[in-house]
Amino acid sequence: MMTQLAVADMTQAQAYTAPRPLLSVSNVGKRYGTRIGCTGVSFDLWPGEVLGIVGESGSGKSTLLGCLSGQLRPDAGEVLFDTRDQGPQDTLNMSEAERRHLGRTDWAFVHQNPRDGLRPGVSAGGNVGERLMANGARHYGDIRARAQDWLARVEIDPTRIDDRPGQFSGGMQQRLQIARNLVSGPRLVFMDEPTGGLDVSVQARLLDLLRGLVRDIGLSVVLVTHDLAVVRLLADRLMVMKGGHVIESGLTDQVLDDPQHEYTQLLVSSVLQV
Amino acid sequence: MSEYNFAYLDEDTKRMIRRAILKGIAVPGYQVPFASREMPMPYGWGTGGVQVTAATLIPEDVLKVIDQGADDTTNAVSIRKFFQRTAGVAVTERTTDATIIQTRHRIPEMPLTENQILVYQVPIPEPMRFLEPRETETRRIHALADYGLMQVRLYEDIARHGEIATSYAYPVEVAGRYVMDPSPIPKFDNPKLDDCPAIQLFGAGREQRIYALPPHTRVHSLDFDDYPFVASKAEHACAICGSEASYLDEVITDDSGGRMFVCSDTDYCAQRAEGGA
Repeated sequence: MMTQLAVADMTQAQAYTAPRPLLSVSNVGKRYGTRIGCTGVSFDLWPGEVLGIVGESGSGKSTLLGCLSGQLRPDAGEVLFDTRDQGPQDTLNMSEAERRHLGRTDWAFVHQNPRDGLRPGVSAGGNVGERLMANGARHYGDIRARAQDWLARVEIDPTRIDDRPGQFSGGMQQRLQIARNLVSGPRLVFMDEPTGGLDVSVQARLLDLLRGLVRDIGLSVVLVTHDLAVVRLLADRLMVMKGGHVIESGLTDQVLDDPQHEYTQLLVSSVLQV
Repeated sequence: MSEYNFAYLDEDTKRMIRRAILKGIAVPGYQVPFASREMPMPYGWGTGGVQVTAATLIPEDVLKVIDQGADDTTNAVSIRKFFQRTAGVAVTERTTDATIIQTRHRIPEMPLTENQILVYQVPIPEPMRFLEPRETETRRIHALADYGLMQVRLYEDIARHGEIATSYAYPVEVAGRYVMDPSPIPKFDNPKLDDCPAIQLFGAGREQRIYALPPHTRVHSLDFDDYPFVASKAEHACAICGSEASYLDEVITDDSGGRMFVCSDTDYCAQRAEGGA
């Protein structure tokens, strides 16, 4: 009896803790006509992990991000996401309704240009609250309170809740976009050059904020950037892309401190020193 | 009379419009595209409503046309004359006598019955037009019932004005599925859309869309739990018939601040005044 119980307990515990990647990508490829967008990309992203993707312009970073987040349709490969209720699901073959549902609950996408991710005609509170309302929130007071809470968390003065994004500075707009995305408690965030176009002091503040949020909430992030300093601060693991291929991957510090591939060596040595 | 087909439109066009109407009734609140014809009146004067009326009219019908509740305004008079001339149907100003009522911006105060059809003139059928400019995107939103954006509009209203300030064209959810623009009727009329025994048809001529509410459809005005929908009207009684229950127009009577409130539904008001109410 005792042993039976113990065995049952153990299998249950195993079933519960059996580690599973949050996002599992195998052999994803996308071509634009005869040209390669990206090809043969495979990786696993684990819960709470930040994966950086670096490479020069045209190396296929954004194409890959588009394929992973359901904005582009890859020609080949498989993307499995570990959904909350149904376990791993193929996001490429799910219906658009399901994909949109993921897009406003478990996923978030932070664009390089905040204007792509914000509604310019809607107040900051409305921008942050949109995901909540899309997910069925119908209590104005609650929505507003949560929007205010999130504005404070991204260091925007909550009294500016009724201002439009156009009245905010570039850095504030980017932080507003992050608040708008994280309010629904996503588990996976795609970021496309989140610090691009910001001056260095604002960039540093934003990075600091992002690092805090990522660690506090335990977010998994796929972060595309060409800025090696950004990945050094944020990313646990790093993939280096060139010409649509992943040419090197590994722990961030390992790749940056001891680059193996000649292109990575060139990339690391190209960073400007002050 | 003889120079026109019955009710102006040719029979093939009417068939096409009837198909759109039937589809609209089968899918309540869904905007059905149709090949809107050019009508002998400018867009914005009810070309959509006129085409729907023409396609549903039969010789035995009794037609009533109202504009902002009134039977005697330019738009109402010209459309009524148009059908008198092209269809030779009987016309009336009495809501209870009419079998088809074409309306702009109001629902009559008298309760409608199963034997009636209410035809709305619609300027902009898309409730999200000013929130999402891309038609491809709004169609997708409707298809996937992804209506968070609509709620954002109401949120903005409360954030800016302290209440839901939208007072006309107030968005509704139809039969638990599609969000629909009820045409620019005052929100006072929204509760009359719900569970209405008459057939309600909506025609947008310039935008080439027809949509419909079959009889006894559940129509819910969107709102927030802590800011519920309120069917508001001016806090006065009608200066002519004394009604406190009907929707009122404010009429400026002189240039020194004089004003009066009168029923916008002229037939309702006249009957009450006649009946000595």
